[in-house]
Amino acid sequence: MNEALPAIGFQRQERVAFGFWVYLMTDLISFAALFAAFSVLRGSTFGGPDGADLFNLPFVFAETMLLLVSSFTCGLAVLAAEQNKQPRALIWLAVTFLLGGGFLALELNEFSRLVAEGNGPQRSAFLSAFFALVGTHGLHIAVGLLWMAVVALVIWRRGLSSKNFSNLLRLGLFWHFLDIVWIFIFTIVYLMGVL
Amino acid sequence: MNAKFYSYLSGLLASAVLAGAAFALIGVHVRSHHLVFGHEFLIGAILLLAVVQAGVQLRLFLHLGLNKSARWNLAVFISTFSLILIVVLGSLWIMNHLNYNMTPQQVNDYMMRSENMFR
Repeated sequence: MNEALPAIGFQRQERVAFGFWVYLMTDLISFAALFAAFSVLRGSTFGGPDGADLFNLPFVFAETMLLLVSSFTCGLAVLAAEQNKQPRALIWLAVTFLLGGGFLALELNEFSRLVAEGNGPQRSAFLSAFFALVGTHGLHIAVGLLWMAVVALVIWRRGLSSKNFSNLLRLGLFWHFLDIVWIFIFTIVYLMGVL
Repeated sequence: MNAKFYSYLSGLLASAVLAGAAFALIGVHVRSHHLVFGHEFLIGAILLLAVVQAGVQLRLFLHLGLNKSARWNLAVFISTFSLILIVVLGSLWIMNHLNYNMTPQQVNDYMMRSENMFR
């Protein structure tokens, strides 16, 4: 690598990371709007089932732990890449992908069970708000998994260049961010839902 | 293993304990057929646990802090956080009081029910 460039490259990388952080914060505001809609509509069940009838806490706890551990392993992947340990970074990314995929599989399973029982988003305002909020989070997870697969493939094929590393760093921010949003989903939607 | 590894590990353990505590509180409450713990206490407790867990993850996973390089990240986060408070609390406040703006008879009925007064 050129001796004169790294300082400038590093500054650019920091600027890009900051720009991505600003995107995450705007995304957080759209989640806040969905949380506000859900909180307002949570009691509007139109005679249909409410959270206590529908939610299964051990199931949600399993989802929570899968996503939490995946957030941890994603951090380990970034850490390994920082230390230039490419195979280890790829292994942790693969573990993160499997855990995140497990979370998404559980969530889709829950959604399909709800829809099959006739409790889809059209059942009541409560369920519309539920599917909008939790579904938006799930969509982010799906996009994150796709991004993760691309990052892992590129690192595997082309090595840990500073461009690939900065991409991995942003993916890490995105993934930790989604776990923080999930904290409020399991607390406000599921735990407060069964009260 | 370096300091960053321990920050991720302690973030994982603290988050697992905080999430476990929230699920345990609600689990005990539901299993006791809603006898153990009041609703206000539970809602306050699990919201507090969620805020603490979010703080733990912001600090230990996202490394948000007062150091110079992350100061602008923190500034954007704080302004976002105040927007979120306005959007969420404002919506709840307005929508929960909307029923007080119905026709007089409806308001009367609503208030009788809402204040637990029965004719």
